Amino acid sequence: MSMIAEILISALLVIGGLFGVIGSYGLVKLPDQMTRLHAPTKAATLGVGGVLLASLAWFAFFGEHPSWHELLITLFLFVTAPITGLMIAKSHMHLSWRADELPDCGEDQNWATYGASAERSLVGNGTENDSTDRDMRE
Amino acid sequence: MIEYALYFAFCCFGLGLLFCLYRILFAPGVSDRILALDTMTVNMIAVIALFGILHDTTMYFEIMMLLAMVGFVSTVAYAKFILRGDVIE
Repeated sequence: MSMIAEILISALLVIGGLFGVIGSYGLVKLPDQMTRLHAPTKAATLGVGGVLLASLAWFAFFGEHPSWHELLITLFLFVTAPITGLMIAKSHMHLSWRADELPDCGEDQNWATYGASAERSLVGNGTENDSTDRDMRE
Repeated sequence: MIEYALYFAFCCFGLGLLFCLYRILFAPGVSDRILALDTMTVNMIAVIALFGILHDTTMYFEIMMLLAMVGFVSTVAYAKFILRGDVIE
């Protein structure tokens, strides 16, 4: 029983570590920002999930009493990772492109982040000082 | 066996932190730096979890939870700030 637990925990640790390092390496390796967004928000989050599950199993099998804190942290990370990805993608879109430079997304529709609520955007809708704004921000 | 796996995972996440540091130092844009900082927080949570297993203590759970929350909130606030120049509208 303890042998099986050891194998399980070691496998989770190794898989989690590999996913973590692949996710962070993707941050360096991938060519542009939008593709670079994929690596950490998916692979690194999965790696951390693996390590936290290993921690859960370790305290369940070898600790004094099992604890569910890790599951809470894993759930929190899995819930928040897409939101951070969305926010970073939105900010990158506003810093890099104007609304008319983006691909068409169908009739009667616009990109949600360039809609009416985005009127106060500092970069998206100026005409004269648009390029200076962008240069300053990048 | 667990010990070797632990040290392997430590090496992996340490390497991941170095990659993030590289991306923070040499980033083409601001949003890249936000992404790298967020990844750094996530990797740091993993390192703290591994440290907790290595020393067989449950003391670090609260730290991990707090780091996860603060990392999320600060990432969103930073992205919001460069998006509108304003965190709370």
